[in-house]
Amino acid sequence: MPAPNGSPVTEQLKIVIVGHVDHGKSTFVGRLFHDTGSLPEGKLEQLRQIAERRGVPFEWANLMDALQSERDQNITIDTAQIWFQTARRQYVIIDAPGHKEFLKNMITGAANAEAALLLIDAHEGVQENSRRHGYLLNLLGIRQIAVLVNKMDLENYSQARFHHIETEYRAWLTSIGVQPKFFIPIAARTGDNIASASPNMPWWHGPTVLEALDQFQATHTPAGQPLRFPIQDVYRFDERRILAGRIESGSLKVGDKLLFLPANKTSTVKTVERWSAPPSDSAVAGESIGITLAEQIFVARGAVASLESSPPFELSSFKARLFWLGKEPFKKGKTYKLKLATQEVECEIQSIEKVIDASTLETVSRKEHEIFVGRHEVAELTLHARRPIAFDVHADLPSTGRFVIVDKYDVCGGGIIAPSNYPKRTHDTHNKSDHIYWSRGRVTSVQRELRNGHLGCVLWLTGLSSAGKSTIAVELERELFNLGRHVYVLDGDNIRHGLGSDLGFSPADRAENIRRVGEVAKLFADAGVICITAFISPYRGDRDLVRALLPAGRFVEVYVNAPLAVCEQRDPKGLYAKARAHEIPEFTGISAPYEAPGQPEIELRTDRLTVAESVAKILDYLQIQDSATAISI
Amino acid sequence: MDHLSKLENQSVYILREAFNKFENLAMLWSIGKDSTVMLWLARKAFLGHVPFPLVHVDTTYKIASMIEYRDRLVKEWGLQLIVGKNEPVLASGVTYPNGKATRVECCGTLKKDGLKQVLEQHRFTGVIVGVRRDEEPTRAKERYFSPRDKNMEWNVEDQPPELWDQFKTDFEPGTHIRIHPLLHWTELNVWEYIEREQIPIIPLYFANERGERYRSLGCAPCTLPIKSKATTVGEIIEELRHTRTSERSGRAQDKESEDAFEKLRRDGYM
Repeated sequence: MPAPNGSPVTEQLKIVIVGHVDHGKSTFVGRLFHDTGSLPEGKLEQLRQIAERRGVPFEWANLMDALQSERDQNITIDTAQIWFQTARRQYVIIDAPGHKEFLKNMITGAANAEAALLLIDAHEGVQENSRRHGYLLNLLGIRQIAVLVNKMDLENYSQARFHHIETEYRAWLTSIGVQPKFFIPIAARTGDNIASASPNMPWWHGPTVLEALDQFQATHTPAGQPLRFPIQDVYRFDERRILAGRIESGSLKVGDKLLFLPANKTSTVKTVERWSAPPSDSAVAGESIGITLAEQIFVARGAVASLESSPPFELSSFKARLFWLGKEPFKKGKTYKLKLATQEVECEIQSIEKVIDASTLETVSRKEHEIFVGRHEVAELTLHARRPIAFDVHADLPSTGRFVIVDKYDVCGGGIIAPSNYPKRTHDTHNKSDHIYWSRGRVTSVQRELRNGHLGCVLWLTGLSSAGKSTIAVELERELFNLGRHVYVLDGDNIRHGLGSDLGFSPADRAENIRRVGEVAKLFADAGVICITAFISPYRGDRDLVRALLPAGRFVEVYVNAPLAVCEQRDPKGLYAKARAHEIPEFTGISAPYEAPGQPEIELRTDRLTVAESVAKILDYLQIQDSATAISI
Repeated sequence: MDHLSKLENQSVYILREAFNKFENLAMLWSIGKDSTVMLWLARKAFLGHVPFPLVHVDTTYKIASMIEYRDRLVKEWGLQLIVGKNEPVLASGVTYPNGKATRVECCGTLKKDGLKQVLEQHRFTGVIVGVRRDEEPTRAKERYFSPRDKNMEWNVEDQPPELWDQFKTDFEPGTHIRIHPLLHWTELNVWEYIEREQIPIIPLYFANERGERYRSLGCAPCTLPIKSKATTVGEIIEELRHTRTSERSGRAQDKESEDAFEKLRRDGYM
């Protein structure tokens, strides 16, 4: 769209036009464009010709109502955006439909705006959607609102009529906590008080719409807010692990120690990654960047990085104000998907405090057994997520304080997180886990299958005693469990207490022990569980037998490799000492052989890698194999 | 942050969402300025890489230098290119340049159906397309993530809500999603960004010795150059800041009927 003065501008402001159906929103936009010289050449003539050919009166609204069905019915169905420019800045004008049926399109338009113009027909006065839209603008966090009392020409440009509507609507806005910046009397069809002062309303001394627009402020993310860097994806380009995402608030720089929630891990920013851009060791809110970490920890999409001094809340329940757009109501007892920043988690209604008709503020009464939020209703409620999520209160940090609800394939509702006395994050994850991972004995097998989202497999850890198998297995299990996977560890020591209690350590007994463990592991994998085994399992042939029990790709051999000297030095159970003293016969590495895997899927040099790094390597492998094999993890 | 950086960061966010959410993802590359800027933004998003194939729907009526330019960039930037052609229709000769179809029918078979064939053949579930809202009024109503049904049709009366960068990434089998990372850019923004980033653009956009340049690129028989003296990106920007002619004014197929373009788009055109 051209600039009238041809000067370069760098500031942009997005304005949504809302109000009740037929109160003249699209007409207003058409007129605004015409009066500011923003229409493309020939556009007006083209619209006039079309109207003439169709034998209908010319409508300014046809500029925005591009769809044939919109022109046929003279209503706006979907939101549209066009651009125009003043000397001050560029405006993106978002035209939103006023018909109640298309509320989801109105919300789509309004959610992207920084300011709003709300139109009220001077003749019809304040209507249902005048009120509902005012309420929703406030809920969506739009604080800059100008009310345009339109069609003043139909009311003889009456000052009294204007004041009557202003008084009535101002009272409504006050009751929902909104302070409008302007009330302006206009006539869109004739252009009164749009780009120039109306000769028909000499009593009006306030601004024109154009003057009011230029008094709105473009939103700037304030500096100095707490860092929120939700991880969008993890790339493995050029042999490096890059965490990609957009900084939603605050800033980060190389050397910052980041806390990742809900994974609850820390690492330090090693580099800030950009392509074809001036190198910089820092990044600020609004930037889509990548980072690498000094210590390789496993972090996936959904984790939110913050500084330890100012973390988000990390809980599975929160209070919210929600609007519902779905054809089906939002019901208690049904499971939905909640999306907040890059996190996705199953959730359900814990309790509904209040359902509100947003056009009257009246509480909608429901029978006791009918707990739901209906289409176009607004509710105050408490949601419960299946696992803890990282979030903020909307009033503090909007981008991590709002969410949408997905029902089946569609976004059906949205909401903002309300303040409450949420407990702050504690540092002890183990204590916290008691109240976080909840289960109820009414999950059906179909639900389990839907929820698994992955097939079972066997992660077979092999290596010398004290190489780190059990430590890694236990940590890996916790990690996978946190990632929502079904996982179980079969540990060597534990199995020998029961399943293998009749067996010794001769080659034959070892073979039988491994065979039994292999069979059990296979059953776990069949049941859909990721089964981690931690056995020395020194003989290659025995391990290959287990491999043969499982479908291709579902047996992952992990060689936990530390030099004998290192293992012997670690020796937490004093077994090597005993073996050297001949107190334990046939001890692997000392008096019995260990046959290292020829081509393990994964090798972990645990003399060089930390436990966290070892776990990250296994998780990495499973993700890389995501499409190649059937393991989806 | 200036407006170009804001636009860029938003597009990068959208591209990264698309790459995360769609296993079978492709990007349409028309060789024009918009999809070339989009390709550049993909390299921004994936740190120099383009981790999905590019699809060029070739009607065989493209201006010859477009194909040369395309093949040169494929080589220089290490791109994976899939060229789609509607061979049966081309073989039958039922095209506009042959006088056997209207312009809109020709777009329908060579471009829309040509695209449909590539999508089906490669089972793409996500297609990244470089359309912008300011180009044309039906595109002004688009979503960033816009579903198409089994027949590629766009149900424009019932589009998904899209708020706070939470996009429609769940979809029924058989349907696909069009992803529009440039939706919020204007023609002027695209050229300002080309200048800032020094993106190599096909020279057809610059005025030739006859004082003509293309403002929008399509098939040779249906795309007309405009009068212009702009021979550099800077001069194009200056020209756009003062023009009141619409960008697609040189595209003849839009003008066959009042809703020609809307019908094409509902049926699956880009």
